[in-house]
Amino acid sequence: MNIRLYMLQRITALIMAPLTLGHIAVMIYAVQDGLSASEILGRTQGSNMWLLFYGTFVVAVSIHAAIGVRVIVSETFKFVGFTLDAFAWFVCVAMLFMGGRAVLAVTLL
Amino acid sequence: MSTKQENIDVSVWRGDPHSGNYENFKVPAHESQTILDVVSWIQQNQDATLSYRYACRVGMCGSCAMMVNGIPRWTCRTHVKKVLKGKKLEVAPLRNLPVIKDLVTDMDTFFDKWISAEGLHHPSKTRLDPIEEIEPKSLGRVEINAGIECINCSICYAACDTVTNNSDYLGPAALQRAWTVYNDVKDADKQTVLNAVSGDGGCLNCHSQGSCSVHCPNDLNPMNAIAGLKRATATSFFNRKG
Ligand code: HEM
Ligand code: SF4
Ligand code: SF4
Ligand code: FES
Repeated sequence: MNIRLYMLQRITALIMAPLTLGHIAVMIYAVQDGLSASEILGRTQGSNMWLLFYGTFVVAVSIHAAIGVRVIVSETFKFVGFTLDAFAWFVCVAMLFMGGRAVLAVTLL
Repeated sequence: MSTKQENIDVSVWRGDPHSGNYENFKVPAHESQTILDVVSWIQQNQDATLSYRYACRVGMCGSCAMMVNGIPRWTCRTHVKKVLKGKKLEVAPLRNLPVIKDLVTDMDTFFDKWISAEGLHHPSKTRLDPIEEIEPKSLGRVEINAGIECINCSICYAACDTVTNNSDYLGPAALQRAWTVYNDVKDADKQTVLNAVSGDGGCLNCHSQGSCSVHCPNDLNPMNAIAGLKRATATSFFNRKG
């Protein structure tokens, strides 16, 4: 774990913390009078605000989790060097792809 | 009227750097008895070839640490009654260090890491200068007080899973010492300390689970010292960029 990865992981955690709280707050607000897909999509579709909100979360969590899993994999399976970095990048890109697809699906598409 | 002598079943690790196994002994139980008493009794009465290490017997030298029923402890100040499981005891060499023989570990890496962490004094004055006065209540001195009573027993090092999983990790005791040096106003080279503790094997690897602080026999809190180093490292990261 070097200082750049460490700072990146902690900063992305700091970004996620308020977003998570915002997400929970909206969830509580949204379930007040029942929950339906159309209600959610009504809020999110075509909204640049929600695209930015969840887009930011996806970018942050992809970086954060890739670094976190990188630590675990290096300690548990002794991955080092190129293998370790390649694995971390794979986790990052995979999460960006999956998260990005989900965010686009509820906002733009 | 004679009371029957109670025995403790003690299982002791015997071996060399390459292999070994547990050997069982029956040791007479006494009202007040430490783990070190038990090990010494075996060596004096049952098997003179049993190797183990101790010096002060009063919790000052830090040389008697072993795994007792799976937990790292100072054996000279651990009462048998406190840790007995049924009537059984299992005594093994300290975790995370290579075995030399039986209960004796090679502590070289532990001490070498103190040096790698720059847990050394970097003098700012010569012997000709007057002695600098340190205000006992000053912030740095208070931080130092919390970590200075370390007896180098390596119990925290044995308790740390990060040490187990990452052989480069400097470990709680070395990092705690670096933190005391970093807080010393008499130390002339804090940046060297910071560089030493923020590298690949440094404080940033610590997961803050606190096994070190739970098991330290002197009730020190290396995890807290490491948190201090993390803060100092993060601050200097921003200062360097800014
Ligand atoms: C508000 C949200 C979050 C915060 C504040 C947060 C904070 C943190 C912090 C401080 C660490 C460092 C732990 C350590 O010192 O070892 C960490 C590690 C980690 N995080 Fe998160 N995290 C958040 C969300 C997530 C999410 C959503 C994921 C996964 C999808 C995740 C995956 C990980 C992983 C895998 C680690 C590595 C664990 C370790 O190093 O022991 N985190 N997180
Ligand atoms: S808190 Fe850090 S140093 Fe202490 S045992 Fe856990 S990982 Fe090791
Ligand atoms: S910090 Fe505590 S457990 Fe670790 S070496 Fe020092 S006295 Fe022993
Ligand atoms: S023999 Fe010195 S601390 Fe136990």
